[in-house]
Amino acid sequence: MTITLFIPCFVDALFPRAGISMVQLLEGLGHKVVCPEEISCCGQPPFNSGYWGEARPVAAKVLEQLKDAEAVVIGSGSCGAMVKKFYPELFAGKPQEELAKKIAARTWEFSDFIVSKLGVTDFGAKFPHKVTFHDGCHGLRELDIKKSPRALLAKVQGLQLVEMAEAETCCGFGGTFAAKFPMISTAMGDVKCASAAETGAEYIVSNDSSCLMHLQGLLTRQGKPLKTIHLAEVLNQR
Amino acid sequence: MSTFASQFLKQARVMTADLRHRKIIRTALTNYEIVRDKRKGAFQSWESARQAAAETKWEAVNHLDKYLVELVSKLEARGTKVHWASTGAQASEIILQIVRDKQARSVIKSKSMTSEEVHLNAALEKAGLEVVESDLGEFIMQLRDEPPYHIVFPSMHLTRGEIKDLFQRELGDAPSDSPEELTMVARRALRKKYLTADIGFTGANFAIAETGMISITENEGNARLTSALPKTMVSLLGIEKVLPRLEDLALFLPMLATAGTGQALTCYNTMYGGPRQPGESDGPEEFHVILLDNHRTELLADAEQRDALHCIRCGACLNACPIFRNVGGHTYATTYSGPIGSVITPHLRGLQDWKHLSNASSLCGGCTEACPVKIDLHHHLLQNRRNAATEEPAFFERSLYQIFGFVANRPALWAVAKKLGRFGQPLQNLVKGTALDPAKAWTQTRDLPPMPKESFKDWWQKRKG
Repeated sequence: MTITLFIPCFVDALFPRAGISMVQLLEGLGHKVVCPEEISCCGQPPFNSGYWGEARPVAAKVLEQLKDAEAVVIGSGSCGAMVKKFYPELFAGKPQEELAKKIAARTWEFSDFIVSKLGVTDFGAKFPHKVTFHDGCHGLRELDIKKSPRALLAKVQGLQLVEMAEAETCCGFGGTFAAKFPMISTAMGDVKCASAAETGAEYIVSNDSSCLMHLQGLLTRQGKPLKTIHLAEVLNQR
Repeated sequence: MSTFASQFLKQARVMTADLRHRKIIRTALTNYEIVRDKRKGAFQSWESARQAAAETKWEAVNHLDKYLVELVSKLEARGTKVHWASTGAQASEIILQIVRDKQARSVIKSKSMTSEEVHLNAALEKAGLEVVESDLGEFIMQLRDEPPYHIVFPSMHLTRGEIKDLFQRELGDAPSDSPEELTMVARRALRKKYLTADIGFTGANFAIAETGMISITENEGNARLTSALPKTMVSLLGIEKVLPRLEDLALFLPMLATAGTGQALTCYNTMYGGPRQPGESDGPEEFHVILLDNHRTELLADAEQRDALHCIRCGACLNACPIFRNVGGHTYATTYSGPIGSVITPHLRGLQDWKHLSNASSLCGGCTEACPVKIDLHHHLLQNRRNAATEEPAFFERSLYQIFGFVANRPALWAVAKKLGRFGQPLQNLVKGTALDPAKAWTQTRDLPPMPKESFKDWWQKRKG
């Protein structure tokens, strides 16, 4: 099948290896991958700040780019939720409403697409490390994705997954929230990092680079040895 | 920025830095979670129970016109005096009028967040009355002259030691910091007050339209004493507290106890159907029920957020909220704190003044997941943000998003912006975290990842050739 891979803006600019891994993994399964180069961002920052009028032109461009896609795969639970859940709401009563609904129905978060749509769990990956998994809130509660990333990790050779007590607690990123309320965002991140560290894991794995950017930023600043890595990069380790 | 918003930011800074406070709340709520989850497991299906509760509340709230009339006629049939209050001030005035009619000098109260909402204590005290809170947590907070910290656990942020010191200072009686002994101190102080109070004031957890009854659920027996001993009983409740049928309590009482405190059922569950009837040996001689609107009908008119009126004030969303857990209840400076407070306060007290509470959320959805009556809390926060920005857009923020949109929709410009970011990063590193740093809000506590030379799109284009 031809998969239209939507690489989120922060993955493009800051974490290209996660995006490259997604391409290689999907191609490795024999699918054709296309990445619409005209797409920059899903429009979530203005949308979440309440500026829906400013978010619409950005989202409309995304819809235009995705309109012929067979399956849209997004490398982030958060941007995935934006397209799948919030675009139909953003365009309610607008000319693009039907298109938004149509695209939402064929949009998938990366790990859930692989497990639930393609029925694949084993990439033959090797990652001999103890890891803990962070459920990004949008993936978990907007898209109800909990099992898929774990099913994928279970098949990685040498990998030991230890769940943290706060696995489902928000890391504190929250998009513009992180900049508008940095003290609360940081406190939440500290809670998350402490819970992850308690497991004795070497890595926090997640399917959302934005959460990991926030957590890694705290860990680096505090000189902690714990590292973060995107799920796709783990699956792409040989 | 509203004064309330800057106060919130200031207080959030203080509270997030208070590691001791954060640890107290975390410990208390972790214990709550353990017992709550155990009780949830006792339901055949917690999810089905939530669905049934949400549907019952939907029915009640969408037919308030019918159920309120039924409630009132049933209450009046047994001699209860029913009053309607449009505003908080009107509610207080109605109670003051009852006080004047009865020539009352003292009021004993059981727990009522609605009385906090209308600032009843201040109004009564201004009129020269003695007001005594009889719920232990509320009693403690009254001695501290502070509003409740949490809807259900008013003094959860205090340690036993702090309560002992408080009792010693205010009551001159605190033999130890054991909860049992401290409770006995409060009991000794309160028992006298029940006997001398002229008026017993209560809130309500539910009001049953079918039978015309007020349902009060509690753990200390103080609401029973409050209602049974004084000659006059007054109950204040929001109009959304009505439930259609008596049998609805079979779901709502265990649900409220489970979500609120992790109990199967609270220790005392009482239904009040009216004043003392002929031939009855006890109960108040007069029973007044005050039904409060105070902007609830405006929320009712908002089809998108009407379900916020489903709230049974269990506090589960506060307990689940990572923002509440890290800034604490008083930082909100509202009667109702946590997610439900952030949703409804803009409706009760003004959107522009209180929109910051809707912004102070990572939209994680933990609240919505915890809510026993399935209020779509975190999406309502998003709607409040939209409504606030539509009504009064902030010039700077809107301009920023207009520029963002302009650049995002022009891939060549977007690529230039990325390059600027990459070349600007070494410069930004020189001023990292200082006032000169444009990313200061981020970099004060966090590093930014180094921007790689090759972005994903660079790689993709190169590969394509």
